[in-house]
Amino acid sequence: MKFPEDCLYTRQHEWVRVLAEKETVLVGITDYAQKELGDVVFVELPKVGDTFDTNEPFGNVESVKAVSEVFCPLAGEVIEINPDLSNSPELVNSDPYGDAWFIKLKISSAEEIKDLLKPDEYAELVAEESAE
Amino acid sequence: METTTQLKKTALHGIHKELGARLAEFAGWEMPIEYCDSGIIQEHMAVRTAAGLFDISHMGEIEITGPESLALVQLVTSNDASRLQDGQIQYSGLLYPEGTFVDDILVHRITQYHYFLCVNASNAEKDFEWINQQNRFDAKVEDTSRHYTQLALQGPQALAILRQLTHVNLEGMKYYWFAKGQVDGIDALITRTGYTGEDGFELYFSPDYSKQIWKSLFEVGSLAGLLPVGLGARNTLRLEAKMALYGHEISEKTTPWEAGLDWIVKPGKGEFIGKAALLAQKQRGISRKLVGLEMQCKGIARDGYPVLIAGEVVGTVTSGSLSPFLKKNIGLAYVPAQHSEIGTVLDIQVRNQRLPAKVVATPFYTRRK
Repeated sequence: MKFPEDCLYTRQHEWVRVLAEKETVLVGITDYAQKELGDVVFVELPKVGDTFDTNEPFGNVESVKAVSEVFCPLAGEVIEINPDLSNSPELVNSDPYGDAWFIKLKISSAEEIKDLLKPDEYAELVAEESAE
Repeated sequence: METTTQLKKTALHGIHKELGARLAEFAGWEMPIEYCDSGIIQEHMAVRTAAGLFDISHMGEIEITGPESLALVQLVTSNDASRLQDGQIQYSGLLYPEGTFVDDILVHRITQYHYFLCVNASNAEKDFEWINQQNRFDAKVEDTSRHYTQLALQGPQALAILRQLTHVNLEGMKYYWFAKGQVDGIDALITRTGYTGEDGFELYFSPDYSKQIWKSLFEVGSLAGLLPVGLGARNTLRLEAKMALYGHEISEKTTPWEAGLDWIVKPGKGEFIGKAALLAQKQRGISRKLVGLEMQCKGIARDGYPVLIAGEVVGTVTSGSLSPFLKKNIGLAYVPAQHSEIGTVLDIQVRNQRLPAKVVATPFYTRRK
């Protein structure tokens, strides 16, 4: 199970990577999330320009059997969506933290970043959920 | 809320856990949905190209014995069991007086005084009670489910694998026939049936030998590409082959005519429960039909999604999924008869979007003979 040090995490198993550009982050779903889903067959992404509040659903990830919502970790506006996920949804399984980023977000408030989980805190959450 | 302690487990539950199966509740049983080394898509493809082994011991078995067994079977089912010879099987409907489904079942004739019914896990108790209630004959009805582990070995390599463990003449066994014999030295019923659209066999034997036979099948089958397959792929396989699932395409609200299962209704055989209602519906005209759908753009129709024509809801998706073999998004749905022709374009409400779909011919997949 991977928990990259350069990411922050949410309780709903999204990851956030703060980029060099001001107030811009990449968002995706974690290794734990993709394992729980199984084979990903479809990813539904928002449009560029869409805005979301913190924890508002911004898209869906579909496995063969089920549809799961993905939640926006930070309030902001979508400035880019990953063009590869439409044809290659399986990237979510093979490279959840790299090629399978979902959206690039321009965030409204840098303050909110401190509410996200650090890698070790997220790892603990995963350990708890796996034990259930 | 954790309720796993109340779920029933098959004799192979321990092996599924060892194999890293993702387990989930189905019909009151804790069953493998997929296995961690493979996943639904890989398991599905294994069945289409090599072979897959399913533990389907959650299914129910009901045995009817005695001098008037046939009379009871004929009364409660829609198909004509009098056409069966020893060793022959037919797909049939257990119907309510309204002509709708109590269950869809397989009727095996062991002898003229012994019928072996395989029924859905979700309906096993209901079916047993129903048949008992209708039994006014010199016949005994027994629920023998706990006496059987049931495995399905399906795929183009199924015969090549199974022949290494049995002396029963498998090549000579026609589709929908069965034999009693031994598998790996253990007494078993070997049936040439399946729920996948591939060639294959189902095996019924004492649960005491479950692990032995499972392991032996893998010993001889692994080289041929045999994989364990869970309920996830079982569903995508049967959907491609357009086989009904109770609670979806058929239920206590649907008749065989609506479901396109005319061929399991034999009014000429004599009286049976549901016959009058079925004939009456045929007279009035069948107002809705089960059709196959293919999504016309990216987007998956799922069970329960509304079907629309010109902005109006006209039906529901009964089953829908990605088809791993065809690499298309397919589904089955009930629509008004006047919109059931192949080529009809309709919309599926996929969450907050309306996506186009086309009525297509079914089954979606047929195996090369």
